[in-house]
Amino acid sequence: MFEIFEFGFMKRAFAAGIIIALTAPMIGIFLVVRRYSLMADTLAHVSLVGVALGLLTKTSPIVNATIVAVLTGVGIEKLRKSKKIFGESAVALFLWAGLAVAIVMLSIAKGFNVDLFSFLFGSIATVSVTDIYFISVLAVFVFSLIIMLYKELFAVSFDEELAKASGLDTDRYNLVIVVLAALTISLSMRIVGILLIGALMIIPVLTSMQLNRSFKQTLVFSILFSLFSVISGLFLSYYFDLASGGTIVLVAILLFVAVFFIKSNNNS
Amino acid sequence: MTNCIEIEGLNFSYNGDTVLEDITFSVKSGEYLGIIGPNGSGKTTLIKIILRILRADSGKIRLFGEDINDFSDLYRIGYVPQKVSQSEFYFPATVYEVIKSGLCAKKGLFKRLVEKDRLSMEKAMEIAEVTEFRNTLISRLSGGQRQRVFIARALAVEPGILMLDEPATGIDIASQDKFYSFLNELNTRLGITIVFVTHDLGVIADEANSILCINKKVCCYGPPDQYIKEEFLEEVYGRKLSIHKHKIRHEH
Repeated sequence: MFEIFEFGFMKRAFAAGIIIALTAPMIGIFLVVRRYSLMADTLAHVSLVGVALGLLTKTSPIVNATIVAVLTGVGIEKLRKSKKIFGESAVALFLWAGLAVAIVMLSIAKGFNVDLFSFLFGSIATVSVTDIYFISVLAVFVFSLIIMLYKELFAVSFDEELAKASGLDTDRYNLVIVVLAALTISLSMRIVGILLIGALMIIPVLTSMQLNRSFKQTLVFSILFSLFSVISGLFLSYYFDLASGGTIVLVAILLFVAVFFIKSNNNS
Repeated sequence: MTNCIEIEGLNFSYNGDTVLEDITFSVKSGEYLGIIGPNGSGKTTLIKIILRILRADSGKIRLFGEDINDFSDLYRIGYVPQKVSQSEFYFPATVYEVIKSGLCAKKGLFKRLVEKDRLSMEKAMEIAEVTEFRNTLISRLSGGQRQRVFIARALAVEPGILMLDEPATGIDIASQDKFYSFLNELNTRLGITIVFVTHDLGVIADEANSILCINKKVCCYGPPDQYIKEEFLEEVYGRKLSIHKHKIRHEH
């Protein structure tokens, strides 16, 4: 069973996958409780602009995608704060604008090829050692910032007005949440793919919320569900020759369905 | 007695419409002030300006003797909003976690809770009678229990002022009476200044020791028995009002 680890690319895929599985729900939980689940999807789609830019200019797609996703996160937050349009409308606006720009750029770059598909759907075979370094540095940054700001992020997510009334700089922490979400998306891109990154950030959290635990326990269970989804998804994708991103997300969804029905039966 | 809130000539408008005009009043330490006024009279806006959620167009505001713009210890004003955001219905947090989040601003960045903070939380939970719910999810509590949790959250920082915006909304009548006697105890026994926005004129008549009636401008400010009168209220609200007294009896 473990001959899978004889291949260097699988070792790299597992290393990257485990780092992502640990990080994605850490920021995903703050998006879910703030009803910002689609933010992850929007930032992921917009980061396609960075990939397109990379393919067009022969620069690193991941670095470009990170910059574009972070700038978009800041833009969404500014538009939401202006209260000129609803927060969810701001998210939708950026989603379509980003996709449109990316598609136009890709058509100019004649970039509708294998490279693009590996970014869209995730490709474990293409994870390089440089990717692992990049993902590790970003993950350590995201992970430690969330741990350091945990109490502030909790307070702002629970009730923004209450947090502001107690003297917290809510604008700053809102910005931290979207920037961390953007960074997490960029680091997950290689394994899960742009189209499904949001799912890995959100679904393990939704599964964990079915357990009706405290915030801290919900976070811990989200990470465990995420780890299980990524590790078993990578095994399945290798042995059955399936797309890694889709397999990982399918495992996450099956976990959600299982926990949902077990909890519903217990309650009734 | 010193003033903990002083407001002078405060004006606030939103999208060109005047919401508050030339508001002047002060709150003394230990006072129980009831703020009343018709819907849209600017009561909640006034509270939000004091809490720096909104910014006044002009006027002077002093909190604990300091200009509002220089005042950095906002946590000294415990706030219990009209309705906490819908998130509480699905937010996976225990009562203890919610109360703990109240201490966040007081502690400051990167600082963990110490024994003294935990004792303050225990005391606040005891006062608000929510200790038994500490590990219960906030979403599982009734409206009245939830309001007590938010009061405990506000009390955990040992505030000088407790500011409540229609806190009895959604609480059944029997629990309301209990809730108001609890507030009275906080004021009389613990000496916490209470600023309380409500539509319940009977409660103001029974509980508060001063009343501020606003309808964009200050309509009256003084002892309740002087102003909680049908003819005066008809003038402010534009229709006849009857005052329902609660059956609250406090033993001091």
